[in-house]
Amino acid sequence: MNIILGMLPSVLMIVSPIMITAAGGMVSERSGVTNIALEGLMAIGAFSAAAAHVLMESSVPGSVWIALLIGAVVSMLFSVIHAYAAISLNADQTISGTGINLLANGITIFFSQILFSADRTRPYKIGMMPGLFGIYPTAIVAVSVMLIIWFMMYKLPFGLRLRACGEHPDAAASVGINVRGIRYFAVLLSGFLAGLAGGCLVLTETIQFTSNTINGTGFISLAAVSFGRWNPLGVSGASLLFGTAVAFAIYVVNIPALSNMLPAEFFNLLPYIITLLALVVFSGKNYAPAEDGKPYINGAS
Amino acid sequence: MDSNDTRPDIIEMIGITKAFPGVVANDNINLNVKENEVLALLGENGAGKSTLMSILFGSYDADSGIIKIRGKEVEIKDPNAATALGIGMVHQHFKLIHNYTVAENIVLGYEPKKKFGLLDIAAAEKKVAQLSDQYGLKVNPKDKIEDITVGMQQRVEILKVLYRSADIIIFDEPTAVLTPQEIDELMLIIKRLKEEGKTIIIITHKLKEIKAVGERCTVLRRGKVVGTVNVADVSEEQLAEMMVGRAVKFEIEKNPPHFGDTVLSIEHISVKNTRGQMAVKDLSLDVRAGEIMGVAGVDGNGQSELLFGITGMSPLESGKILIHGKDVSKYTIRQRIEAGIGHIPEDRQKHGLVKEFTIAENIALKNYYKAPYTRNGCVLVQDAMVKKADDLIKAFDIRAGKGPFTLAGSMSGGNQQKMIIAREVDMGGDVLVIAQPTRGLGVGAIEYIRRRILSERAKGRAILLISFELDEIMNLCDRIATISKGTIVGLSNAGEITEQEIGIMMAGEKDKIAEETAK
Amino acid sequence: MSDSNTIKKQSGFTALLMRSDGAVSVVVVLLGFVFATLLVMLVGRNPAGIYKALLQVLTGFNLNNGKWNIRYVGDFLNYSVPFVLCGFSMAFAGRAGLFNIGGEGQYIIGMTVAQLVALTFPSVSVLHVVTAVLFATLAGAVWGGVVGYLKARFEVSEVVATIMLNYIALYLSRIITIAIPGTNTYKTVNFPETASLRIGFLSNLTNGSALNAGFFLMLVCVLIYWFALEKTNMGFGLRATGFNKEAARAAGIPVISSIVIAMAASGAYAGLGGGIVALGSFRYGRVISGMDNYGFTGIAVALVGNNTAVGTLFAGLLFGLLQAAQPIMQANNIPKEITFIIQGLVVVFISLKTGLRLFLQWNEKRRNNKIAEKASEGGR
Repeated sequence: MNIILGMLPSVLMIVSPIMITAAGGMVSERSGVTNIALEGLMAIGAFSAAAAHVLMESSVPGSVWIALLIGAVVSMLFSVIHAYAAISLNADQTISGTGINLLANGITIFFSQILFSADRTRPYKIGMMPGLFGIYPTAIVAVSVMLIIWFMMYKLPFGLRLRACGEHPDAAASVGINVRGIRYFAVLLSGFLAGLAGGCLVLTETIQFTSNTINGTGFISLAAVSFGRWNPLGVSGASLLFGTAVAFAIYVVNIPALSNMLPAEFFNLLPYIITLLALVVFSGKNYAPAEDGKPYINGAS
Repeated sequence: MDSNDTRPDIIEMIGITKAFPGVVANDNINLNVKENEVLALLGENGAGKSTLMSILFGSYDADSGIIKIRGKEVEIKDPNAATALGIGMVHQHFKLIHNYTVAENIVLGYEPKKKFGLLDIAAAEKKVAQLSDQYGLKVNPKDKIEDITVGMQQRVEILKVLYRSADIIIFDEPTAVLTPQEIDELMLIIKRLKEEGKTIIIITHKLKEIKAVGERCTVLRRGKVVGTVNVADVSEEQLAEMMVGRAVKFEIEKNPPHFGDTVLSIEHISVKNTRGQMAVKDLSLDVRAGEIMGVAGVDGNGQSELLFGITGMSPLESGKILIHGKDVSKYTIRQRIEAGIGHIPEDRQKHGLVKEFTIAENIALKNYYKAPYTRNGCVLVQDAMVKKADDLIKAFDIRAGKGPFTLAGSMSGGNQQKMIIAREVDMGGDVLVIAQPTRGLGVGAIEYIRRRILSERAKGRAILLISFELDEIMNLCDRIATISKGTIVGLSNAGEITEQEIGIMMAGEKDKIAEETAK
Repeated sequence: MSDSNTIKKQSGFTALLMRSDGAVSVVVVLLGFVFATLLVMLVGRNPAGIYKALLQVLTGFNLNNGKWNIRYVGDFLNYSVPFVLCGFSMAFAGRAGLFNIGGEGQYIIGMTVAQLVALTFPSVSVLHVVTAVLFATLAGAVWGGVVGYLKARFEVSEVVATIMLNYIALYLSRIITIAIPGTNTYKTVNFPETASLRIGFLSNLTNGSALNAGFFLMLVCVLIYWFALEKTNMGFGLRATGFNKEAARAAGIPVISSIVIAMAASGAYAGLGGGIVALGSFRYGRVISGMDNYGFTGIAVALVGNNTAVGTLFAGLLFGLLQAAQPIMQANNIPKEITFIIQGLVVVFISLKTGLRLFLQWNEKRRNNKIAEKASEGGR
């Protein structure tokens, strides 16, 4: 019991970025645009937040929160590339998403070189401070984000229209809904949230941004969207599951019985294996929004 | 024209031209619609009717021409603008969201709101119920679209239009998916709407329906207006001639029947659909050599799944399929092809051809792995494919710009279908299962394909023909089975049953037949 | 003016872009370089450094001091090998309609197995290295085939599954390599000579570069790729599946096994790449802490090469050029990440290909319509 309670702050710290990214990914996919670039967008957000914070921390109070905002906005601007490619130009969404991931890879370290003459950002003195019980405020951010998104998708007319764009964009367009506009909104929102999550991740879990900071978290969020069946409750649960697996890998040093038995890498493997198994056992293709990932060509009916 | 008709023109389309890559869909068309009339827009597949109405509804922009509504020139740049002008469209392919309810579909885009902008579903359901009563269109606002019948779905489409206070209602091929009884109901609905003051435009190629409700009829051919007539003054034959440009033979000459043994035996099969539901339930049917067995029915009653079960694309949950007495139920698709099952699929783009492949490659699609197309068990012999394609192109008169090297995707629908038929005919085999062979094709192609099917019959092949066009079934088939809700509800020889009787069976009301025939 | 009164055929350049995927690739690569040059200028560095580095690596000629050293060329060709092979890995899957971003994991598995065989199997000359390379290829095939099976049988998205397997491969590689006796935290003991792909004559020819027998293996693989896809009946079935899975299935083509075979072949190529790098470029096994990125770059290579044999080969050479030039660029004060940026831009631009064509079509039609209107007005 003590182990579980002891693990809780770490679990919440790691689950929060996953859940925030997954919330954005869910909105994007429900509107009909797959967003494989979440990984790259998180990296861009993380880098921007880390760089902004370390440059501001001695002179600007509250620089952690300003840095988070900067990270979210920069990431959102990047997501415009994917939005434009996928929505206005009907590009192959998987390819354009992968392109962004490759681009993010390069751009983040490139600018680290320019700004800090190294392959990583300069470490900051203090990142985000934990709150009550050692739990970071990012947990509250994550839960709030998910609640707001749930409200928007199911209680507002806008949500009814957004979901329609993902299920049957022709039907939506035929009643005068601006499918392209809604999809742009969804992709930019997912970019904003991914950047926010990346910032949360780097400011709570580590002291600087390196090329290994994100390490597949964006893809784990993507898997959480699919495993969680594209609805807020499921995606929250899936994020919790995957995040716990990741946290466990880090926390296991505190359980000598286990950490002496198996090599450290085994626990590193665990979240990825669990994600993979979850995908196989619960492959939820039938629950995906019907027109997810397919470009919408105006007037083609 | 009728000089006693003093109704004003509510719509005038003047000089409308619209071109797509490779085809001029609308060529300088002039159309006028009188207020509160029922105007039929008649033309073959591809004549340009849907394009013209899509322009009226704002889905497309015309390349040139003007539109006047109630005498005023307007610009209709999107469906919202059309709706604001009082124009509504009931689409051929319903634009309904399957996992939304009836009410959600109807109010989408014009949602009623509560305080703070919240979605007010209760108000939506109430409004839908009220409209439903007013116009006699029975629906349940809380039902999900995926759970209701096609006829009811169409009523939802109509309610969508009425919810937005449309005065002008365009129906695009409304009867394609309905049973004969539902078609009668729709004709009544249209009359009721006219009584309520609406103006109705019906796009169709069904001459019977035009005679049933149409007042005037404008005929389109190859993108141009041929003429406008009063429906009461012309016969179906005259309309057909205007539509096609020459006298049309409605009946085809069939050879006298020459049936052999039973070749295809379907015994008590059950097949699931893609959503996991049992779409075919305990279905049994036999087809003899030299016979065409027709399967009549409304779309969505298990026809696709029946075909998938026979060809092997879906597994059988129970039952057997026998060819010449041999059980092929566990055969793979390739094994069934080798056992002699030919297949002309319902959706030629999806299941019949690879549009990025050439004609030569498509012709060899089912037997490329055998000699003469493969040498030494693994190396392709492309020359053999090209030669075969060459022969078939000549024999079947397939229009292909680059001969065997033409990309399948660049051919017209009719020629694509000819290519598929050529392949199946050439492969021989004792069984041929065909679905919707003439869907979306022009009259010339339709005649050619029907003649080919009859010639396969003359060769002694056992043919199973599934079609939604009742006249196709009545004309071509030797025996007719009716499918409803996944099982065969009636079987008789052609000539011993009427369309009305088939219609009743399609709707699943077997007992009514006893009533009708007893009278 | 005569040209505004006639409906012109599409201008030569536009027509070329519409017709030829190769032309699009060339334009996209050039665009990538243009953007990169602008970016470098924007941050105040001299972009000439990029091009001097590229020239040096391509020809061996150093513009800064006027000296030739063919070692650079040898290293450039050697670097190209994993790019080409990982590119073919992606291309093979791509022709079958699959998006294999698991090249990274398949590469790692191949590398790990090659190292394992090199250090644990008996030291028999020729046989040792052949076995090592073979096992590396097979391991890659298995790693890829698993994904194919999951996709074909359970409809699991190959996109997320391969990413997970990439990370699993990374950590598995560490566990396996560390378990080999004599390994410290970052390297193993040296390989026996019999397990190395280095050939004396090649090293001497290129003034001590790391160019090795793997280069010839790569060329053989290019031929195999072309032959398998274009000339065999298996390739026919794969291509049909790639273009239209449903129609292929309806025609009796065994789609499930096609997908598994395609992914296995795809994995084999990447695994071979990993094995060649391990045994050709290094003299000892590595305990990796991050990914070499050949697998991910293979994506860009295949996209630029448009999944064809010749295109992918040239694209692979291009990326090898970029990689080899990195240290020289760094010395010329250009951050080496510029190559990643070029790759990323290239991939994004290629994804716009469809859109670009639609745009050009629409533009062309608009122009023709205006001309037609003018013509008809003139006639009245």
